[in-house]
Amino acid sequence: MIGVETRSKSMAGSSVEVKRNRKRRKESSLWWMYLPALAAVCFFILYPFLNGIKISFTNWNGFSQTYDYVGFSQYTRMLKDPDTWLVVKNTLLYGVGSTVLQNVIGLGYALLLNQSIRFRNFTRTVVYLPVIISPLIMGYIFYFFFAFQGGALNDLLVFFGMDKINALGDPKINIWLIVFVNTFQFVGIAMIIYLAGLQSISKDYYEAAQIDGASSFQQFKNITLPMLMPSITINMVINIIGGLKLFDVIISLTGGGPGYASQSMSTFMYDLYFNRQDAGYAATQGVFMAIIILILSLAALVYFKRKEIEA
Amino acid sequence: MDYMGKKKKWLLSGVALLISAFHLIPFYILITTALKERGDFSSKWVFPKVLAFENFAEAWETASLGNALSNTTIITFVSALLLIVFGSMAAYPLARRQTKLNKFVFMIFIAVMVIPPLTALVPLYKLVVDIGMMNTLEIAILNNVASFLPLTIFLYSGFIRSTIPKELEEAAKMDGASTLGIFFRIVFPLLKPVTASILIISCVFIWNDYQFAIFFLQAEEVKTSTVALAGFFGENANRMNLVAAAAIMAVLPMVVLFLLLQKHFVKGLASGSVKG
Repeated sequence: MIGVETRSKSMAGSSVEVKRNRKRRKESSLWWMYLPALAAVCFFILYPFLNGIKISFTNWNGFSQTYDYVGFSQYTRMLKDPDTWLVVKNTLLYGVGSTVLQNVIGLGYALLLNQSIRFRNFTRTVVYLPVIISPLIMGYIFYFFFAFQGGALNDLLVFFGMDKINALGDPKINIWLIVFVNTFQFVGIAMIIYLAGLQSISKDYYEAAQIDGASSFQQFKNITLPMLMPSITINMVINIIGGLKLFDVIISLTGGGPGYASQSMSTFMYDLYFNRQDAGYAATQGVFMAIIILILSLAALVYFKRKEIEA
Repeated sequence: MDYMGKKKKWLLSGVALLISAFHLIPFYILITTALKERGDFSSKWVFPKVLAFENFAEAWETASLGNALSNTTIITFVSALLLIVFGSMAAYPLARRQTKLNKFVFMIFIAVMVIPPLTALVPLYKLVVDIGMMNTLEIAILNNVASFLPLTIFLYSGFIRSTIPKELEEAAKMDGASTLGIFFRIVFPLLKPVTASILIISCVFIWNDYQFAIFFLQAEEVKTSTVALAGFFGENANRMNLVAAAAIMAVLPMVVLFLLLQKHFVKGLASGSVKG
């Protein structure tokens, strides 16, 4: 984590910088050097984001030149809409479900692959590979696996004389398949971050614990886990944000169906805008989604940072 | 952990091998699917006896993958280049000149990182229509650059602050070099590790982008590989072999690059995953 590391270093050096600044009072900001970047970010991110808040108070249909301000009515509509709560539930499930799975499995893989065993590097590569593949295409790859007609899973079930299942069409199953595919794809990132964390723990702790006669479980609970807290924080925040924003893999795996059954907030917003010409409402959902992501990622950050300090 | 028993070591190695096998299954199925002839409905687990390489040629033609991959390549490389030039240039004063203005601007860049880009989809789409840039490669480039600039600036400025000695620049200044000259001739070459990370992050994410591309690149001639593949899947859902072949060709360039530069990829992407 280059970013995290450098930040703390720069803080240590800042008192020196202050002294230097005082020596050379008149320092120009060199603003022209960041002007292009600032312009791009303001024009393509900041302005649309603020404009989105404005549109969320209108009944704009997405293409006409005129629209009316409707106050908070899109917001009350949103809160009453059963579809909102369905997609919020799904989105939370994708976010929290993939976060839990990726961290548990990622930590397990890291613990195993941190030992001097055979196939260690090979397994790391194989687990990490899907990270660089487009999530959309990853969805298609798993579509071949789970498809009702000619999918690999049903080929296997038929071979063993069982009934085929319509895994992608059944809302009780397909939501979990989406969590599974997302986990399968990104567990490599969690694994790598945990591996780096494990390698930074000094061997001395374990040797001391062994002399004291601690069991391997006690060592894990009292040394490994507390020392890994920074890695856990990073992983939790990354995975929650990634899971809450899930879009591509839903499009390719289930298309959000059947009906709205497996839609996330992102796919729902897309549908409202492009298929239902309900742009004002889509913008409202967008604002709502930004708020949810912000609150949850901040909560995760604060919660695990506190744990870090306790440990 | 090096004092592990032989038996335990073999057992754990076996577990690792099982994990690898499990993670390779979907790719095995992808390959058998892509190589089966049309009308071959045998189990996907069985490797086909006759290898239907013609699926690849047909998929390449009908999905116009050549055009799509070249669009993807252009968007990815131009975006990465702009990110590196304008991102590093922007980071320099923000890291070196701690004026009030610069502190404020740096905060804007950090705050923007928190905004999930998709939540501003509706107004962004409106903006792109208003400025008449729908279905142009330029808009895809600009959008991608804007969305990765904050992270780029964050990584560059952290690196400049912590590792580049000021004395070098001060010496060059005495010799009368211009600010831009100092930056590009002296500072920029020292930023190689971050530049490598940013190159990898932006290449992987922009190459794989679908969320932006599907909104802004719907015309045939500007489609990227993900958009082309999604459309191809919609039209050929009953011909899985072709879709599988197209999927393989679409991911192959990145997979090859990854296998060649694995260490750089892992390190680079770890620093980028802060963005998620």
